[in-house]
Amino acid sequence: MAECPICGGEIKLAEDAEKGEIITCSDCGSEMEVTGKDSVQEAPQEEEDWGE
Amino acid sequence: MRVGFLHSIIRKEEKLLLDEFRSRTDVQVETIDDREQVFNLHKNKYRLDVVIERCVNHSRAIHAIKIFEDFGIPTVNTYQVAEICGSKFLTTQAIIKAGIRTPRCYLAFTPESALAAMQELGYPCVIKPNTGSWGRLLSKVNDRDAAEAILEHKEILGSYHHSIFYIQEYMEKHGRDIRSFVVGDHCICAIYRQAEHWITNTARGGKATNCPVTDELHDISVRAARAVGGGVVAIDVFETPEGLSINEVNYTMEFRNSIDTTGVNIPAKVVDYVLEVGRR
Repeated sequence: MAECPICGGEIKLAEDAEKGEIITCSDCGSEMEVTGKDSVQEAPQEEEDWGE
Repeated sequence: MRVGFLHSIIRKEEKLLLDEFRSRTDVQVETIDDREQVFNLHKNKYRLDVVIERCVNHSRAIHAIKIFEDFGIPTVNTYQVAEICGSKFLTTQAIIKAGIRTPRCYLAFTPESALAAMQELGYPCVIKPNTGSWGRLLSKVNDRDAAEAILEHKEILGSYHHSIFYIQEYMEKHGRDIRSFVVGDHCICAIYRQAEHWITNTARGGKATNCPVTDELHDISVRAARAVGGGVVAIDVFETPEGLSINEVNYTMEFRNSIDTTGVNIPAKVVDYVLEVGRR
């Protein structure tokens, strides 16, 4: 179980979660990036050259 | 086959592609997070048959692709494609050179010459950042007053990238445009992007519905893809009274809203193509 760094809520990561994957905290709606089996960090903010 | 999967954050598209690669026999996928790479430009430490680029940052993508290509590792897409598609100016040049219909477009370097260009093009027109995506920082300019305000803001608040003024004819879309997907020599599917707003990007709320791939759409999409160097690209197409017209070409395409909509397994088609490139 990971802890949301924004709201402190518990985030259960899926079995197949990828390192670097972007997920949403179900408690506060913030975007998180998966950093390990049971850890997340706040997702990076959009930059000017992000896109397709 | 050893496939390098170059990425930064993992979005829905990357997840679908990774799942697809891992479902194939005889394929080993090595994820390469661009944030963790230290590239020794003198020595290739990567033992890969092909690299698929899925970076969210354009600047990182073109540098990394160039490095892999120069190490002799084929990439999807190629450096040429990434460089051209990363610049609206270079894309337009390639499309014009290939004789493909595209909205009238001007380039100017100063606010004064940009105003003159807009006067010549006529209002409304659209100013776009040369590099940018997801409908960000697009301005529909309805008259000269608005033009002067936008140009002043760009000049004072913008980075040097915003001092190249890419100005395009405004196309009346009647609430929709087309996004077509090209893999190799085939336009595999397409969607309509519908929105009441003049910006129809799905990233900005445009709604996706299936768009039949007509002969005309297939032909212009594949020609546009070839014009920028081919590979795996997503093409924004306008419907005009004169026929289809190419707006932009995207080289790290997003397709999460288009698989169920079109019934086409886009990640499977992309993976097939990447493996084909790796086998060449």
